[in-house]
Amino acid sequence: MLAFILRRIFQAAVVLVAVASIAGLLFPYVGDPIGCLLGQDARPDQIRELRGALGLDRPFYVQFWHFLSNAVQGEFGLSLRQGAKVSRLIGERLPATLELSFVAAILALGAGIPMGVYAALRRGSFLSQLFMTLSLLGVSLPVFLIGILLILVFSVTLGWFPSFGRGQTVDLGWWTSGLLTRDGWHHIVLPALTLAIFQLTLILRLVRSEMLEVLRTDYIKFARARGLTNRAVHFGHALKNTLVPVITITGVQVGSIIAFAVITETVFQWPGMGLMFIQAVSYADIPVMSAYLVLVALFFVIISLVVDLLYYLVDPRLRMQRGGGGHGR
Amino acid sequence: MAVDVRAGVVRRAWDTDLAYSFRNSPVAVISAIVTLVLILGSLFAPWVAPHNPFDLSTISLIDAFDPPQWIEGGSPDFPLGTDEQGRDVLSAILFGGRISLGVGLFSTIFAVVLGVTAGLIAGWRGGVIDAFIMRVADVQLSFPAILVALLIDGIVRSTLPHDEQDQIAMLVLVGSIGLSGWVQFARLVRGSTLVERNKEYVQAARVIGVHPIRIVVTHVLPNVLTPVLVVATIYFAFAIITEATLSFLGVGVPPTEPSLGTLIRVGNGYLFSGEWWITVFPAVTLAALVLSVNLLGDWVRDALNPRLQ
Repeated sequence: MLAFILRRIFQAAVVLVAVASIAGLLFPYVGDPIGCLLGQDARPDQIRELRGALGLDRPFYVQFWHFLSNAVQGEFGLSLRQGAKVSRLIGERLPATLELSFVAAILALGAGIPMGVYAALRRGSFLSQLFMTLSLLGVSLPVFLIGILLILVFSVTLGWFPSFGRGQTVDLGWWTSGLLTRDGWHHIVLPALTLAIFQLTLILRLVRSEMLEVLRTDYIKFARARGLTNRAVHFGHALKNTLVPVITITGVQVGSIIAFAVITETVFQWPGMGLMFIQAVSYADIPVMSAYLVLVALFFVIISLVVDLLYYLVDPRLRMQRGGGGHGR
Repeated sequence: MAVDVRAGVVRRAWDTDLAYSFRNSPVAVISAIVTLVLILGSLFAPWVAPHNPFDLSTISLIDAFDPPQWIEGGSPDFPLGTDEQGRDVLSAILFGGRISLGVGLFSTIFAVVLGVTAGLIAGWRGGVIDAFIMRVADVQLSFPAILVALLIDGIVRSTLPHDEQDQIAMLVLVGSIGLSGWVQFARLVRGSTLVERNKEYVQAARVIGVHPIRIVVTHVLPNVLTPVLVVATIYFAFAIITEATLSFLGVGVPPTEPSLGTLIRVGNGYLFSGEWWITVFPAVTLAALVLSVNLLGDWVRDALNPRLQ
């Protein structure tokens, strides 16, 4: 167990270093920050001065080492466009993205699993066929299209929910939260729904098909023969055994929630990291881009680590292998 | 005589299992029709479309913001209304569909060529090369493809001077979508190559001294291609979505040659002032296209899967 965790942490570190190196190598080669900052009619001595101030005149390996040693401390230099520290910009934006992703993930799991269970148990009923048809739409429609459709229906036509921004936020010192005000919750509904729909439909379809598979197995028949109630069979025996693939997929999906947050935040003008990243891409703001890249890689690595650990909690067979020898991986 | 032969071919194609399962699946037939209509409409856009949205001499600002034909104030000249510059929405959709389909098709081809080549090399050679290719694939796979495409697109753009960006924007787009998708093809092909490599026909070819490259291309490749085609259909839908998303985010095709995603982005700004048709019709077209290609892909996968028959 310990060896397994250590190996995973080592792999995670390798991925992180690789991503950080790619991000760091971009620095000297990509973009023309000076041109962006000073405009076209800058004098040569101004350009030289700014290059010196930003450290762009030093040799490439010095810049790279500088980048890596700063990155480890969470510093990514100055944003070329806004002139502010990247770490501060990210600190301001991070809460918005994390709150949005968190609410979306809860929504996807909280609605997706019960809907999947229902669709499997009441196969053929009107409601479960409705779920399946809608889920087909959810899987194939692009995220931004879902966002626009939701805005069209719930903001423009019905006027129920606002379509942009975070609304009123509460400043908790190092964290600004929109989840403590009515207005904030009002604003998070549509973006969170947009972000959740894709994962929700995936989880729904997965839980349904896993559940149908499990319900056919012998031990479910035996459980019924023992006279257990439907409730005990469905939730105690069947649902538990569908959870391993659900955890895998959810882990992968949490990653894509971060990716799709870029799109959702653009549609809803949500002031999070995704919006910041898109703006950085269109202005070639390399420090912001590489900071985002490293941060996203960090999230991914942590998530996949947590997922691996969850297997041990959910699947007793993995815990058994350690003691019984068995067929270790 | 020639006609007889051709009729025979059609007859035989009609009688195959694949055609039978196609005829008996209403979903497959309908989505094939929708896909075909959209592809033909876009392909022949210059002849089918009522206007040419890129011909500045035919568009006039007086026609701007006309609602669709069936709504008060609409005119039969513009069946689906006009946008903020007085361009016909229907024509813009047909021309935009061309770009969406084109970028989708070429990035799929790029991803397939790249992925199949990498997969064949990794599976055939094994060893260090295999380990290296698959390690790169693993790292890339841990990131969502759309983020990878966004990054490559962003990096390439920022290395180019501004005035050249628009000219090669399409190439950059195809390149970044293709590069973000090669992994799944590579893994697929590597797996089947590992199996095929040890089969007797390959050993026989080796024994009689066929050059390894020739063995791979003429013997192994055809045998690993079927699953690739299935995944490619589904990837085509994904490539169209990715292109639309990137264009919607403003980093895709240049606004002078709008794809469906660009049209939706432009129309999105007028959603609140009541001109819904500028964004809704391109959106519906995109949704119909992606949905029917996806359903077709699902059908092909099921129809070719021997386990389900």
